[in-house]
Amino acid sequence: MGNRTPLFEAHKRLGAKIVDFAGWEMPLHYGSQLDEHNRVRADAGMFDVSHMTVVDVEGPQVREFLRTLLANDVDRLVPGKALYSCMLNQEGGVLDDLIAYFLGEGCYRIIVNAATRAKDLAWMRRQSESFALDLHERTDPALIAVQGPQARSKVHVILRDAERAAVAALKPFHATQADGLFISRTGYTGEDGYEILVPRDRAESFWMALYDAGVAPIGLGARDTLRLEAGMALYGTDMDESISPLECGLAWTVAWAPEDREFIGRKALEARRDDPSLPKLVGLILTDRGVLRGHQRVYLGERDVGEITSGSFSPVLGHSIAMARVAPEVHDRCTVEVRSKQLAATVVIPPFVRHGRACYKGVPAG
Amino acid sequence: MSEIPPQLKYTKSHEWVEDEGDGTVKVGITHHAQDLLGDMVFVELPEVGRELSPEEECAVVESVKAASDVYAPLAGVVVAVNEALVESPELVNRDPYGDGWLFRLRVESRSELEALEDAAGYEEIVNEDEH
Repeated sequence: MGNRTPLFEAHKRLGAKIVDFAGWEMPLHYGSQLDEHNRVRADAGMFDVSHMTVVDVEGPQVREFLRTLLANDVDRLVPGKALYSCMLNQEGGVLDDLIAYFLGEGCYRIIVNAATRAKDLAWMRRQSESFALDLHERTDPALIAVQGPQARSKVHVILRDAERAAVAALKPFHATQADGLFISRTGYTGEDGYEILVPRDRAESFWMALYDAGVAPIGLGARDTLRLEAGMALYGTDMDESISPLECGLAWTVAWAPEDREFIGRKALEARRDDPSLPKLVGLILTDRGVLRGHQRVYLGERDVGEITSGSFSPVLGHSIAMARVAPEVHDRCTVEVRSKQLAATVVIPPFVRHGRACYKGVPAG
Repeated sequence: MSEIPPQLKYTKSHEWVEDEGDGTVKVGITHHAQDLLGDMVFVELPEVGRELSPEEECAVVESVKAASDVYAPLAGVVVAVNEALVESPELVNRDPYGDGWLFRLRVESRSELEALEDAAGYEEIVNEDEH
């Protein structure tokens, strides 16, 4: 038996097909992943992401520690603001991508992936040894994401008055403590919405209250097609420890300034930064029928120029889409070897979808 | 159990076969197969007129999760395909034994048809699959 979140029984009752994900028994879908995808784009859906790892870091030297640990700079944060960052090894490879919240003086909250929990915690503990701080993993709460154009209004319906007041003015990419709930206006779908830490003993009733308010339960299948349409990276698939942020579309998350901030991996990245042969991440849309899948090879004519990192189907576009790591000269069109055939694909800059519609731009030559 | 209709015949590769009584059979994939694959997004069907040998790859059902080949259950000639699946591949999930049918074959050999698995035999195959 794998790990179970506080919502496991609720998932079974709602008809979930349960699969293993990183040692957790999680809902793949509740009937149809395509219906669930469309429901999030049109209305509101909720995701149980309690398997993710929440770590609170507190103490007099937390700020200095995080400015060493993370490639992005927590000095960019004001209280309540969230930061998306990569955590690198000394070679500049990505150990994980994560979100860091500035809760207040000397106090930050970091949310990392489920599959990398043990590795990340061991790394953070080791790197923090010489700093005055405590690392405390929060294992009590459930984490529920509610996403879609109607997500926030449906969440507001079920909140207590004090909680609703606390989120009334919450800006995107900010978070607040609202009584017993930690509410963040963030997500992994490209839609507006919240990610909410709910105390364990309130999790199931919170989930069912959302269900009664018309929020559909959404499984991991739709979670993947939604984030891919939104052009969001998946650790372990689009990047891993052998890939730097520069090669997986995350150069924008690296804070080079100030020049004297010595973050782990900086030197290795600086050495790569001006390399003209560095691969890049692009989006692909398959014009033919078929589905792009991870590790399929990408070609310019006869020349193998890279591979698909994440491939799937876009319900909004009605075509297969993918992210691919390819040679820097790839633009406009390419082909992909799909089940022994060369299929034509259009090269674009992700995201593919915004506000429920296609929004991608082409990749210019040169 | 409506997931394995008793009047149909079955293959080990999870196709079902329905005798139309006029020298043709209808072919599709089973509830078990569509459930394993998940939501369909594309279906590739054989050309009408194509001659098939038993176990020949003749169609592809592709879900978000994976592409899966469909094999001819019998020797025969394709006389019709389910055009509705081009626009609505989800019919394979919603009604695998009805509106989700894939193609019809004109067959020669009754003995080949009778040699296919019956519902009880297919149920055993499914149970083995699930362990």
